Amino acid sequence: MLRDSDRVFTNLYGQADWRLNGARARGDWDGTKDLIAKGRDWMVEQVKASGLRGRGGAGFPTGLKWTFMPKQPTGRPHYLVVNADEGEPGTCKDRDILRHDPHKFLEGCLLASFAMGAGTCYIYIRGEFYAEASNMQVAIDEAYAAGLIGKNACGSGFDCDIHLHRGAGAYICGEEMALIESLEGKKGQPRLKPPFPAAMGLYGCPTTVNNVETIAVVPAILRRGGAWFAGIGRPKNSGTKIFCISGHVNKPCNVEEEMGIPMRELIDRHAGGVRGGWDNLLAVIPGGSSVPVLPKSICDTVLMDFDALRDVQSGLGTAAVIVMDKSTDIVRAIARLSKFYKHESCGQCTPCREGTGWMWRVMERLVRGDARIDEIGALEEVTRQVEGHTICALGDAAAWPIQGLIRHFRPELERRIHARAAAGAARAAE
Amino acid sequence: MTSKPAKAVQPKSFAFTAENLARAQKIIARYPQGRQASAVLPLLDLAQRQAGGWLPLAAMDHVAGILDMASIRVYEVATFYSMFNLDPVGRYLVQVCTTTPCWLCGSEAVAKACEDTLGIRFGETTPDGVFTLKEVECLGACVNAPMVQINDDYYEDLDADRARAVLQALKAGTKPKPGSQTGRQTSAPAGARTTLTAAKGAGGS
Repeated sequence: MLRDSDRVFTNLYGQADWRLNGARARGDWDGTKDLIAKGRDWMVEQVKASGLRGRGGAGFPTGLKWTFMPKQPTGRPHYLVVNADEGEPGTCKDRDILRHDPHKFLEGCLLASFAMGAGTCYIYIRGEFYAEASNMQVAIDEAYAAGLIGKNACGSGFDCDIHLHRGAGAYICGEEMALIESLEGKKGQPRLKPPFPAAMGLYGCPTTVNNVETIAVVPAILRRGGAWFAGIGRPKNSGTKIFCISGHVNKPCNVEEEMGIPMRELIDRHAGGVRGGWDNLLAVIPGGSSVPVLPKSICDTVLMDFDALRDVQSGLGTAAVIVMDKSTDIVRAIARLSKFYKHESCGQCTPCREGTGWMWRVMERLVRGDARIDEIGALEEVTRQVEGHTICALGDAAAWPIQGLIRHFRPELERRIHARAAAGAARAAE
Repeated sequence: MTSKPAKAVQPKSFAFTAENLARAQKIIARYPQGRQASAVLPLLDLAQRQAGGWLPLAAMDHVAGILDMASIRVYEVATFYSMFNLDPVGRYLVQVCTTTPCWLCGSEAVAKACEDTLGIRFGETTPDGVFTLKEVECLGACVNAPMVQINDDYYEDLDADRARAVLQALKAGTKPKPGSQTGRQTSAPAGARTTLTAAKGAGGS
């Protein structure tokens, strides 16, 4: 288990003062000027050495992403945009950072902006997070008043403005290109890549989009060194991570733990175990609604990190662990996610716009068993046609939960179809 | 993607109050010169608050004028994002999350308690115009499921009884404390903490 002294988010639950004085007492904004004085290359090297991979779901190496930004001034502004549009079902970790550790996060925004030569940083927060945006704005105002951000931030000679931007309700704006479109005042419809944001992002300028948790661990990495972070977890899966444990557990919670912790240990130690005991477990969605569900047999031993979960054909995603016990109607649980993706498709690409609705309608029939056996294969085939054929990953995200269901719970789908057919035959015979 | 036909009786005109206009100017200043369209979401939010919880066409036109945008671009935005209401809503907009993490923890019972307490179904407003009830997708408070959002506030860790209690308090003219309705500390596990057990502020960066 991770030691408290290795935890980054020491006010995760808001048990102490979240404002500037409280944050300073926890060590935030301490010697920030000295960190900046060590230079841009040093920062990027430390982040690379830490092995930090993006915490928003895709797990791309953060240090490498930063190197995509132009090294020299281009005559155009450079931007850091932080994705605080948290909305992946199961996920509520960034919310705790925004409301309980806003200064730790802001310090990360400043340091990351410096590392990328970005003079302006926008924090795009989902519109529904009103209380979280209020705390964040108070923290920004405090940081400006204390000279920590803005002109000559922390006395470092570096000028950096940080602004909060509230969204207005659209899951798709968590996709980086949709987020940039939305920030420009348009509908949140993803743009084709390339060009990538580091070449042409916000307002056509070099831009990097990072998740809140990714940015918020940067100050700790720079203070303690990349090697410290890399020493936690497993190679290529290093560091600490906030896990969100929801569903059928005795004590649902957020918790910061070591990457690679066994799923069972995570649930038993921090979430009070599965309702009715571990043997009452049916399945777990290990990384937010987009990743394929895992049956208990895999959950028994799987580790919670990017590579271990990829090896069992799922993913760490946002590390939102959705637990389902044996009372769960698993087909309905996944069908509800299909409805979610249908609702959230931006409508731009045909495979996603039409496919999400089609898949949801078939899923609703499968809940009742109102289908033919060969339609399971047809549904699987359609998920393959949607996957990888859209501008953004929402099509993939709609396809994967269904693929996981068919992979692991096909007998249950068939059982329902046979049961309904048998009931219909019995009625006809009467 | 949302698209909602506007059925409401539209007011003929709309203009920001002096106070809101000052707020709007402050918001616009966050974006580079010539990029004022970036302020369209926050300004529509401001307009919706001033108009009593919904966005009349005149308000969208007003925002379009301030930001030097074609009206159609603003309509496009207003119909895309789910937080903009193109029809009037009650004084309290009650949004029940029913996505899988909330559903697993009993959002159906919460939804039914809301319908029974208010005497309306999803998509309806009470005859006195005080409550509007809506189904909503994941609001990002999943370890405190099931939950509802009422105006700007999250009410979490609900069951049928606790949901009823929140609505009855609002009916009686009092505002219940937002957050967990079982009294636990935000997203921490109920009972004793399993982490961060040392003194306040120990460890970390």
